[in-house]
Amino acid sequence: MLQITNLVKSYGKNEPVLNNLDLTVEGSSVVSIVGASGAGKSTMLRCINRLVEPTSGSIKLNGMELVDLRGGDLRHARRKIGMVFQGFNLIDRLSVMENVLSGRLGYVSLFQAVTRRFPQSDIDRAFHLMERVGIAHYADKRADELSGGERQRVAVVRALMQEPEILLADEPTASLDPKTSQQIMSLLKSLASEMSLPVLINIHNVTQARMYTDRIVGMRHGNMIFDGGPKDFNQDALDAVYGGIESPDEEGVDSANEERNTAEALS
Amino acid sequence: MTKDAQVLPTRTWKKPHFISNPWLRYGFMIGLAVYLVWAFYSLPFNWERIAEGIPRAGQIFGGAFPPSFQRSGLLITGFTESFQIAFLSTLLGVLLSIPISVMAAKNIAPKPVYFLGRGIIIVSRSFHPVIVAILFVAAVGFGPLAGVLTLTLYSIGFVAKLLAEEIEEIDWGQVEAMRSVGASYMKALIYGVFPQILPRQIGLSMYQLDSNLRASAVVGIVGAGGIGGTLMNAFGRYDYDFAFAILLLIIGVILISEGISGWVRKKIW
Amino acid sequence: MVAQSTVVDRMWSRYSRKEQLIRYIVFFITMLTVTWAVSDIDIFWPWVWDAPNQIQSLGSRMWPPNLSNWNAILAAMLETVHIATLATLLTIFIALPVSYIAAQNTTPNKATLWLGRFILVSSRSVNTIIWALLFVAIFGPGVLAGILAVMFRSIGFIGKLMGEAIEEIDKKPVEAMQATGASKFKVVAFAIVPQVMPAFFAIIILRWDINVRESTVLGLVGAGGIGVLLQGSIDTFAWQTVATILLGIVFLVIIGEAITSALRKKVI
Repeated sequence: MLQITNLVKSYGKNEPVLNNLDLTVEGSSVVSIVGASGAGKSTMLRCINRLVEPTSGSIKLNGMELVDLRGGDLRHARRKIGMVFQGFNLIDRLSVMENVLSGRLGYVSLFQAVTRRFPQSDIDRAFHLMERVGIAHYADKRADELSGGERQRVAVVRALMQEPEILLADEPTASLDPKTSQQIMSLLKSLASEMSLPVLINIHNVTQARMYTDRIVGMRHGNMIFDGGPKDFNQDALDAVYGGIESPDEEGVDSANEERNTAEALS
Repeated sequence: MTKDAQVLPTRTWKKPHFISNPWLRYGFMIGLAVYLVWAFYSLPFNWERIAEGIPRAGQIFGGAFPPSFQRSGLLITGFTESFQIAFLSTLLGVLLSIPISVMAAKNIAPKPVYFLGRGIIIVSRSFHPVIVAILFVAAVGFGPLAGVLTLTLYSIGFVAKLLAEEIEEIDWGQVEAMRSVGASYMKALIYGVFPQILPRQIGLSMYQLDSNLRASAVVGIVGAGGIGGTLMNAFGRYDYDFAFAILLLIIGVILISEGISGWVRKKIW
Repeated sequence: MVAQSTVVDRMWSRYSRKEQLIRYIVFFITMLTVTWAVSDIDIFWPWVWDAPNQIQSLGSRMWPPNLSNWNAILAAMLETVHIATLATLLTIFIALPVSYIAAQNTTPNKATLWLGRFILVSSRSVNTIIWALLFVAIFGPGVLAGILAVMFRSIGFIGKLMGEAIEEIDKKPVEAMQATGASKFKVVAFAIVPQVMPAFFAIIILRWDINVRESTVLGLVGAGGIGVLLQGSIDTFAWQTVATILLGIVFLVIIGEAITSALRKKVI
């Protein structure tokens, strides 16, 4: 369970980017976070694993306070938080297998890391997860030889290798074509229930948010202004979140049916 | 009634000058001329001695041809020593360059460490290797030790600088990803930074080996070991045919090493 | 009925068998070379451990720098700059025609290509100081030997880079000029020269900077410049004067770098 209380992030004396946010995420739900660029979605996600330092507030993961951790404690806590990035952030020159195993860097010694002598259990888990997402045959291929969708799947496996207690995805589909992004969203949704993992997804595509997630959180200028189910996220909510700033990525309500059929066929 | 044909003003065109401002342009040309005259005048030319030059050249080239490879023993020891100096200093220099370049990279080193790293690199680059060689010879004596010390410093100045610049241009996202899985500084360095700079590292090392091989021929001139010393002695004793032989071999060795390093770099890329 | 589950151990290693073999061989050869080099080299190992001591002792003998002879040093620095500048300017006249014949797309025939390449390679393979040795033997000690040495080395550098610049030009303007019936010379002037101008300036500026550094050491073999003073001070163990001269050289190098970066901004 993730519990964010009174989270504030400001840069210098400027307007705070995050303004007293409260958010609680339980169990194995998939929560999507929508909002215009600059609303603070990415900042909030990165505050959780401290890639961005919160100015004040509290973030508790399964009862453990994350905000004041340092050094080794912070690294141990990060092991429990898996992150998937928009740009995939794979080590291009290394093989898919090495990328996947790098998810265990928080658990192995420096010697094991340098000599690539990971425990057999890690290797077994790696193969198992790669087969689950369908990339096992790429194990020895260089990461930059894969397509975008395949790379994101490698990134998802890397995050899962950490045996995380929560999965964060920062606009995981923004660099992918519509069909591939549906595959990834569908994958994240199934994994959430298979592994009993809470998943937070920053996303621009409101249609996909409605379709693949159980709960939508809308942010605007660092404040949370919507928190409810996909059915409740109507046009008014949309305007409240995006209105006057930019139009969200929406494939149109008519094509929603078509997308639903494709999604069911894929999952 | 015929109207007079309209007389169009003649339009001329001249190519715009390279330097548009006429003051600057003429000033530059005059300045150049003045400089040349002044420089020539102020330099001390010993015209008498220079006049002896052409007949001297005749003597030298006559004596140099054909090149004499008789003293092959000296040639072999000299070149072997040059190679040893080049090899060891490249190895040492490249190994030391890795931590120094990490220290000198703005994006991964804390400020005071960054200044120290950059400082080391600047000091290593400031002086011509011959000057550094003279200083080391004065400190540790004649011989290849001074040569190895000199060229190690020389290698660091080159390799560490380029590596640091490489590091400053890496894709930071990969490092972020490693931090997010909970990797320590060292592990994030080894998985997130090194794979991005590795191909360059190998290419640089090959290039530096080549560079050091050339330089090792030269530092011997001031007593730091290698074929340079043999060459100096040959000139000093007017053994121009031997000197010519050494010169030819130096050119040959450099060409071969250039070829090999180019081939290796292609293979590894 | 008992279900038998066979656990298949999935093995993974970073390198294939063949790759591992190659890595071991390369490592082995490197280690062999290192061992041979270290054992065979003519170094008296006790001196190696003493080296930091010796270096530090030399350093203390050089402190504080002796500034008394500063006008002689300044004059010598100026002489060094003159050698570098004159040599670079004069080299242009030789290097350009050589680069023309050494470029595959502009050379008249195979023989000239080989001649051009040969000139450039010989020039590049012989270090400036070695050229200086030769010219001191011919013309005696003095700045002429220095200027010639810098020239002969610079021909190879400038010629090679200019040759590459010429080989990389766009052929189309050349063809267009040839189609108008222009003479060879005019084709060069109108189609080739404008394309290689930026490269030309960058190369000259770069080589001047390098030549300033090279000229500082020519005096060590008698070819003029501040190296003469340096050698004299070292021979007389006047370490504090040596320190001043070294400071002067650093100063020269810094000014050279400042001038070159300013020029580069203006020209490019």
